[in-house]
Amino acid sequence: MKRIITVTVINQSGVLNRVTGLLMKRQFNIESITVGHTENPEISKMTFVVNVEDEQKLEQLLKQLQKQVDVLKVNDITEKQIVVRELALLKVVSPPAVRAEINSIIEPFRASIIDTGKNVVTFQVTGSPEKIDAFIDLLKPYGIKELTRTGVTAFVRETQKVNAPQLSILK
Amino acid sequence: MKLTVEEAEQVYEEPITTKAPRQLNGADVFIETLKKHQVEVIFGYPGGAVLPIYDALYKNPIKHILARHEQGAIHAAEGYARVSGKVGVVIATSGPGATNLVTGIADAMMDSIPLVVFTGQVATTVIGTDAFQEADIIGITQPITKHNYQVKDVADFPRIINEAFHIASTGRPGPVVVDIPKNMATSLFVTPEENSQEVNLPGYQPTTKPNFLQIQKAAQAISTAKQPLILAGAGVLFAKATNELAVFAEKYQIPITNTLLGLGGIEGNHPLFLGMAGMHGTYTANMAIQTCDLLINVGARFDDRLTGNLNYFAPNAKVVHIDIDPAEIGKNVPTEIPIVADAKEALEALLAQGSPNGNTAAWLESLNISKEQYPFHYQASEERGLLPQQVLELVHEYTNGDAVVTTDVGQHQMWTAQYYKFTQPHNWVTSGGLGTMGFGFPAAIGAQLAKPNAKVVSIVGDAGFQMTLQELSLLQELRIPVKVIILNNQALGMVRQWQETFHGERFSQSLIPVQPDFVKLAEAYDIKGYKIETFEDAKVLLKEALESDEPVLIDCRVVQKESVYPMVAPGKGLHEMIGVKPE
Ligand SMILES: Cc1ncc(C[n+]2csc(CCOP(=O)(O)OP(=O)(O)O)c2C)c(N)n1
Ligand SMILES: [Mg+2]
Repeated sequence: MKRIITVTVINQSGVLNRVTGLLMKRQFNIESITVGHTENPEISKMTFVVNVEDEQKLEQLLKQLQKQVDVLKVNDITEKQIVVRELALLKVVSPPAVRAEINSIIEPFRASIIDTGKNVVTFQVTGSPEKIDAFIDLLKPYGIKELTRTGVTAFVRETQKVNAPQLSILK
Repeated sequence: MKLTVEEAEQVYEEPITTKAPRQLNGADVFIETLKKHQVEVIFGYPGGAVLPIYDALYKNPIKHILARHEQGAIHAAEGYARVSGKVGVVIATSGPGATNLVTGIADAMMDSIPLVVFTGQVATTVIGTDAFQEADIIGITQPITKHNYQVKDVADFPRIINEAFHIASTGRPGPVVVDIPKNMATSLFVTPEENSQEVNLPGYQPTTKPNFLQIQKAAQAISTAKQPLILAGAGVLFAKATNELAVFAEKYQIPITNTLLGLGGIEGNHPLFLGMAGMHGTYTANMAIQTCDLLINVGARFDDRLTGNLNYFAPNAKVVHIDIDPAEIGKNVPTEIPIVADAKEALEALLAQGSPNGNTAAWLESLNISKEQYPFHYQASEERGLLPQQVLELVHEYTNGDAVVTTDVGQHQMWTAQYYKFTQPHNWVTSGGLGTMGFGFPAAIGAQLAKPNAKVVSIVGDAGFQMTLQELSLLQELRIPVKVIILNNQALGMVRQWQETFHGERFSQSLIPVQPDFVKLAEAYDIKGYKIETFEDAKVLLKEALESDEPVLIDCRVVQKESVYPMVAPGKGLHEMIGVKPE
């Protein structure tokens, strides 16, 4: 199962290494990871998307992360009300003949064109990973020359449904 | 900034200037801070990157044991830490000095031994340039340390050292590495010295007090259990909770088994003690695990050598697990009642709850019968020659179970665990989790330094001893009266046993064709050596050797074709032990 986990850490050199090293050592698969500092420059937040086999493995993962000296807080936010955002950049083959067509496709995604060449256009799109997947799928037939995604970052929403399901260990 | 080679060398070899009036540099503050932590002995080995530190040590001495290999130094520090309950302190130089420590660091991590390990490093100005004797020891030790640091500002020395000692010795103990670039040791220390040893680690707050609700749940489970069992691990020893453990077991009349590392947590001859459990544990202890209705794990981590195949482990038991490390709870065995706490505090809290239920008499009775029916057994005869078990029974007899005993790894280790019945806690030093050959002998040196008046016996195999025997120099130099007993089966005995049992007797690289004359070797180090070949000789010579106040080495020529039984074969459940009864 895919989980979104946020890890708040003291912003020290080596801490990213320690956290990702730990995941590797315990055989967890990181699908994506984003890191940046928070409103406090001494504190960083990492957002992981991880694939875990079952609840027991998940519990292990959270506990092992929590155990690290530089880790302040670990949260599995998968089942909370959250906003999840990712950014993708795509270079798409776009000769003038099809450019208008492509533009109409990207409209609903509120993607923006950030660079244009003779036959290639670079798009930037932000949103949930699913939205980005859909966007990529739509543009594939035109020929994607290059693609890069940032991985997700996420926030827990201010208001939570009262009985949002939670893992027992997080209670 | 790019340095020329000359410039880099100059930074690296920068001489220390002692100006008058003398100002403190990083190395001086380093030694001062160790003194504040009451470090009484350092195990180490100098080299280029730590020259400033050794210079500061020269001017402001702390007892330093110059091992003959860094691995010897760190295993000695582990032995010292285990027996003294204090933090073991190690210093090595950068590069090869630091990498020689890796095995010991990993060993300490697996067995939760509190160590603070200082490694030299090339100057910060050249880190990352593949400078002479540079190794990324922070990267290398990251997965095998509880935490590690590199000093990047000389002003951080006191804080980092304080934190390192705090992290190593609290919660679940473990090794902390502090990497010291040479120019940090030589830089002037300008920050006004603060006296405080307080640490501020918001991300590190081990829970020691048990949750009251969980204690009540456990007490409730104890009050209804008919066949409860305590599995006591090394956590009991780290928490210094051996008294509480005995009182708890006696009050509720619950039998106890130990993990390998938990031995000594309860007296070896205690009527409630079933012996060690696990791969080479007693049949009674393993069957008790398989049939108990309540399993109370106090400070053990359900290691695979203890549990056997998890699918068959303790099938009828409700599990209570007391551990200071929450990540150990539920890791291998589903746990109904998790108690994150220091073992002593948890046992005290449990003792304050409820009264004995009087339900366990029949259970204890059946276990006592089992103990009588299934003792450890061996077949001795004059033709077969001297058996390792016979030697160990004599060692136990001649030391009354009061000795500090260290072992290496292999058959002799398992036999020692089986046959030596400890009367005291903190007298047992062995490498459990990592199973490190070469551990036992240097660990005995550290143990003897921790307890100068104790009888320290190091039981080693002929193969493992040869991995760190250079430390015989320390016995010679310091007249440390360790008794080295080699159970010499001229084989990698444990490997030989597995090849006999699981690989069709194809003894691939496990029989040692030639060996040194261990007695002569001892003599080369000015240590009295004995060679023992028969049980009759053993009775006389072992007694004499063990009574000596000097270091001695005893080469016991034991039967090669002898295997450790009973045994839970790999992949099997604890109830499937083989070799339970003599054939
Ligand atoms: C450093 C290391 N290398 C290899 C092993 C694998 N191993 C485990 S026991 C053993 C044999 C040990 O032989 P010896 O020291 O003579 O002890 P014995 O089993 O004969 O009592 C070996 C090779 C190990 N545990 N550690
Ligand atoms: Mg051997």
